[in-house]
Amino acid sequence: MKFTIQVNEGPYQHQSADSAYFFAKAALEKGHEIYRIFFYHDGVNNGTRLTTPPQDDRNVVARWSELALEHGLDMVLCVAAAQRRGIVDDGEAQRNGKDATNIAPGFRISGLGQLIEGGVQSDRLVVFGD
Amino acid sequence: MSMLHLVNKSPYENGNLNTASSIMQSGDVLLLIEDGVYGAVKKGKASAMLAGHTVSVLGPDLAARGISEDKLADGVTVVDYAGFVDLVEKNDKVQSWL
Amino acid sequence: MAEQIKKFMYINRKAPYGTIYAWEALEVVLIGAAFEQDVSVTFMDDGVYQLVKGQDTSGIGMKNFSPTYAALGDFEITKIYVEKESLEERGLTLDDLQHLVWEDEDEDWAEKDSIRLVSRAELGEVLAGQDVLFNF
Repeated sequence: MKFTIQVNEGPYQHQSADSAYFFAKAALEKGHEIYRIFFYHDGVNNGTRLTTPPQDDRNVVARWSELALEHGLDMVLCVAAAQRRGIVDDGEAQRNGKDATNIAPGFRISGLGQLIEGGVQSDRLVVFGD
Repeated sequence: MSMLHLVNKSPYENGNLNTASSIMQSGDVLLLIEDGVYGAVKKGKASAMLAGHTVSVLGPDLAARGISEDKLADGVTVVDYAGFVDLVEKNDKVQSWL
Repeated sequence: MAEQIKKFMYINRKAPYGTIYAWEALEVVLIGAAFEQDVSVTFMDDGVYQLVKGQDTSGIGMKNFSPTYAALGDFEITKIYVEKESLEERGLTLDDLQHLVWEDEDEDWAEKDSIRLVSRAELGEVLAGQDVLFNF
């Protein structure tokens, strides 16, 4: 089956990002396809590479990057939500005159259409949020 | 056609379990995850809302919160993340009551 | 644009302004309108507050996005479900809400009501008939 996963909350503040991660991992282990993981609202904060979590705690962002790398996942941060919350890639930095980028590996910034398209193309949409 | 309903908040925090349990149709399944697992504790008043429904809870979330399985309301089954994936696959769609 | 048409339902259960979900959900609905799916929108629980008339946000310094709901008809979103029990619990009636309409080009652009007032039980049936459910 093809899954699209929507993550509505940022790392650490809510358990949503953790639940979404473990769900995605379990789905992949069962041989399902993750069509896309779409991060919306504060969920875009899962895509900053600037976090320094304590050594004895999980690294939510790095965990996503590793999963994406291992499985070739498409992890998308909503552009409007990312702009609002300051998650920036090269394209956004140029377009909006920012002096830095902070996007983590394995993530890309794109439009809400990617979420809708995920809903169209996938067999299941699973939303994790508050 | 059946729906998988996800509730991730304690019924003592907000009305999501109330909404989900009152709108669920026959044949639907309720999965409690994250803080939603508190709704499945037998001695809690909210567990009355589960009556008549097919309910599962996510085991890792129970364990994290120190809830042993013998504390659960009758008929509630415990699943792991693999079981969560199975529930999503087996039901036609997922409704997350956020 | 799409090979298949699915029934998309966007569900709103949160009040406006206290959190961003109401506004960011609306943004999804508007973008989604371009994808030619069979779209419906639900307002239930505190989501019904989003449609209340007369919102003046000048004192809280936020953009008043409530006029956007009136544009849903222009985006061919004509099925807007409002749950009766949610209104009653909150002491609201349809009169407290914006009157949302769409223009039916098959009937000489006749103006029709977009809002369908449904009971929780009826809403349950509507949701059961959908393919994809979005929540915020």
